[in-house]
Amino acid sequence: MKAAAFTPTGIRFANIEKRYGNLYALRRVSLEIRAGECVAFAGRNGSGKTTLLRIAARLVRASAGKVDFVASDRQETDSAAPAGFVAHATMVYDELTAEENLLLFAKLQGIAEPGSRAAALLEEVGLSERRKSLVRTFSRGMRQRVAIARALLNEPSVLLLDEPATGLDPDGITWLANTLERMRDAGRTILMSLHGESEISALASRAVRLDAGSVVADTRTGSDMHGILSFAGA
Amino acid sequence: MALLADTTVLLGKELRTEFRSRELLTTTVVFILVVVVLFSFTFDPSASESRRFGPGLLWLSFLFAASLMLQPCFLREQNNDTLSALRLSVRDPFSIFLAKLSANTLFLLLTEVLMLPIFAVLYNVHILAVFPQLVLVLFLGSLGVAIPGTAFSAISAQARMRELMLPLLLLPLLTPVLIASTEATGALLDVNPALRVDWLGFLAGFDVVFLTALWLFGEYLLEE
Repeated sequence: MKAAAFTPTGIRFANIEKRYGNLYALRRVSLEIRAGECVAFAGRNGSGKTTLLRIAARLVRASAGKVDFVASDRQETDSAAPAGFVAHATMVYDELTAEENLLLFAKLQGIAEPGSRAAALLEEVGLSERRKSLVRTFSRGMRQRVAIARALLNEPSVLLLDEPATGLDPDGITWLANTLERMRDAGRTILMSLHGESEISALASRAVRLDAGSVVADTRTGSDMHGILSFAGA
Repeated sequence: MALLADTTVLLGKELRTEFRSRELLTTTVVFILVVVVLFSFTFDPSASESRRFGPGLLWLSFLFAASLMLQPCFLREQNNDTLSALRLSVRDPFSIFLAKLSANTLFLLLTEVLMLPIFAVLYNVHILAVFPQLVLVLFLGSLGVAIPGTAFSAISAQARMRELMLPLLLLPLLTPVLIASTEATGALLDVNPALRVDWLGFLAGFDVVFLTALWLFGEYLLEE
C-alpha cells in the first residue's frame, strides 16, 4: 500500500444529543476516539449507532453537543469532516457504470485528475474489468466495493461505516475485512456499527455499546470487547 | 466557481441517467398526448373555441404532466441513499437543486415543444409564425413549474403518502403560473398575435422570487 496521503485524525464527540420531537436518539454521548483507532459500535436496532455515525459525517445535525476532528500532527480541532462514509445503502447510482459513479463524485469533490483517481480505486477494489458495467448489474458484494471506492475518493483519514457487511456473502465479508485491515494498518481511523461478531469486528481495537442512545460500555480490552460485540444482535 | 462546476457535473448526471432510461420523458409525452387527444375528441372545438380554450387546456396538461415528472426527482435519490453521497460531495448544496431544476425545465420544455405540433394540428391553430415567442413563454412557464416543483419534490420525498403530497402542495401554488402562461400563450395564438410582456414579466418575477427562496432555504430541505 502506498504512503498515506492523509493526516491521521481522531474524533471528539462532546455531549452529543439528538432528539426527534420528544424521542431521544442520542443522550449526551461523549467519546474521544484516538487517531488510527478502529472502533466497533454495537447495540440493538434503534440504539443510536447509525445516528451517531451520520452526525459524525455531517449528514445529521446534532440537537446539542459538538463533534470535532483532531489531526494528530497539530492539536487543532476542525469541524469539517475529512471522513469517508459507507452506509448499508450503497450510495451509488445503479443507472451509472462503476467508473461513471466514481468520476461523478470525484469531480464533485474537486479531486485533481478524477479519471486516474477513479481508475486507481477501481483497481484497488478489484473492479477494473467491470468499470464500464452498470452498477445495477452488480452483485451486492460488487456494489459494496464501489461504495468503498467512493468513500475513499478524497483520501479520508477517517472512515465511517454503518453496518458495512449487510447483505454480503462470506467471500464478500472476507474481502471487506481484508480491505478494512489495510485501511486500519495505513493509519486511518475507523468507526463502524456492527451486528454481532464477525471477521470485521475482529479488526476493532475498541468496542462501544450503545443502548437507548447512551454509551453503556466502552472498552479496549479483548475479553470485554468480546462480551460487548457478542451481545450486539437483535 | 464551485456552484457552477458542481451544477454542470450534476446536470450531466441527470441528463445521462434520463436519456439512458427515458422513463420521465416517455411518461410525460404519453400523458400530455392522451390528455390533448381526449379533449380534442370530447369537444371537437372550432378554430375560435380552440384559440379561447386551447391554451388553458394545454397548460393544464403540462401542469399535471409536470407533477408526474417531478415526483421521482428526489425519490430516486432515496433508493440507494445517493442524496447523502451528494450532500457529502458537493461544495454548495444549492448545486443539487440547480442541477435538478435545470434538468426538469429542460425535460418539460422538450416534451412541450414535441407536443406543440400535435396540439396545432388537433386544435387547428397556427403556431409557426409565433414559434420563437411560444418557446419563450414555454421556457418561462416551465421554469416557474420546475423551481417550486423541485423544492416540493424534495419535501414530499420524505413524507408519507408522497404520491399525493406533491400535487396537493404544488398545484395550488402554481395557479399564478398557469394563469400567466395561459394568457401569454392565448395572446400568441390569437388572430392578431401579440407578445404579452406584462405576463412574461410576471412569469420572470415568479421565477426569480422562488429561485431566491430556494437558494436561501434549500439546504434545510435536504437535511434529515
